[in-house]
Amino acid sequence: MCDTCGCGQEGNPVRISRPGETDLHQDHSHNHDHDNNNSHTHDSVHSHDHSHDHPHQKMIRIEEDILGKNNLLASRNSGFFEAKDIVALNLMSSPGSGKTTLLERTIEAVKESRKLAVIEGDQQTMNDAERIHRTGVPVVQINTGNGCHLDAEMIHRAVKKLDPPQESILFIENVGNLVCPSLFELGEKSRIVIISVTEGDDKPLKYPTMFQQAQVCIINKIDLLPYVDFNMEKARENALAVNPKLELFELSAKTGEGMDHWIQWILTREP
Amino acid sequence: MHELSIAMSIVDIASRKADEASAEKVTLVELDIGIMSGIEFISLEFALSVAVKDSILEGTRFKINRIEPLCECSSCNHLYTPGQDFGACPECGKQEIEFIRGKELQIKSLLIDQKE
Repeated sequence: MCDTCGCGQEGNPVRISRPGETDLHQDHSHNHDHDNNNSHTHDSVHSHDHSHDHPHQKMIRIEEDILGKNNLLASRNSGFFEAKDIVALNLMSSPGSGKTTLLERTIEAVKESRKLAVIEGDQQTMNDAERIHRTGVPVVQINTGNGCHLDAEMIHRAVKKLDPPQESILFIENVGNLVCPSLFELGEKSRIVIISVTEGDDKPLKYPTMFQQAQVCIINKIDLLPYVDFNMEKARENALAVNPKLELFELSAKTGEGMDHWIQWILTREP
Repeated sequence: MHELSIAMSIVDIASRKADEASAEKVTLVELDIGIMSGIEFISLEFALSVAVKDSILEGTRFKINRIEPLCECSSCNHLYTPGQDFGACPECGKQEIEFIRGKELQIKSLLIDQKE
């Protein structure tokens, strides 16, 4: 996969930066290798006295995974994480579910006991990386331009720049989107999908791919339950219907309610 | 719009294979795409029409096989087509769904005109 991710326009490539950095293009050049530029010359000139307008057709069986290149890079990332005993967690949700707040609270709760690092993914701005930077944890921001998801190549580049410490937990906050990120493996150990009670309890049925690929589902903003039409029982039922193996957490990152279970889960992660 | 990244991958892979087989022209690309793969078919068709530009696939016909979902109940091994509510197994009533088909994202084959 080209790291402009298909969605990025030319002239607006993916940027990876640390908070405070101004030269956004300093760490990489823009040489995308597309290894199939069909530019070959034919210098064997031969003459024919009859024409060849009957080329032979041939069927080639391929059976190749369309996402094979991304998956290969994801395996490479995964191998790197394994070698360094890093636990990489891919956090995915729709925009506004409270991913960054949850991450801030989680970092505060575990930073004394575990080494941490964060990769933030957004189309634009350094806002989230700056929020994480204030917690004192190393962070890089990936700006995907117009891209709707992170891919393994972006993570590879971000990890090089971030250099997460040995035995750390690496949080990867994906671009806010419940569809596209679900298709792209990054090399993570676990996938965590976050929904909030303001979103409706049928989210898992509407976006099954995301919930099927995840191992953990967090239902956030439970402090707002009295004010919204959200049936927790139904939401749990729907999430487990789509993926019976999902581990569910109900919490409010804002008030701290239910956070202890989640923190316990984080602290018991082993590479 | 991850369909554009998917389309670009398809063009990358198919162009490479066509080149390896000394293709002069690619007449047909056959794809297996599962209904549950997370791909919007109309978006993919549009994305392909953009992604083929300036490649050997320009003008190629894409045959997209839509693979219907099929799941297996992990409890009683009954095979069934899941409904929109991903309801319980119609045979044993357990909620232990396992997809065995419907998530495909594969380039199946190419039909090429070979150079003489």
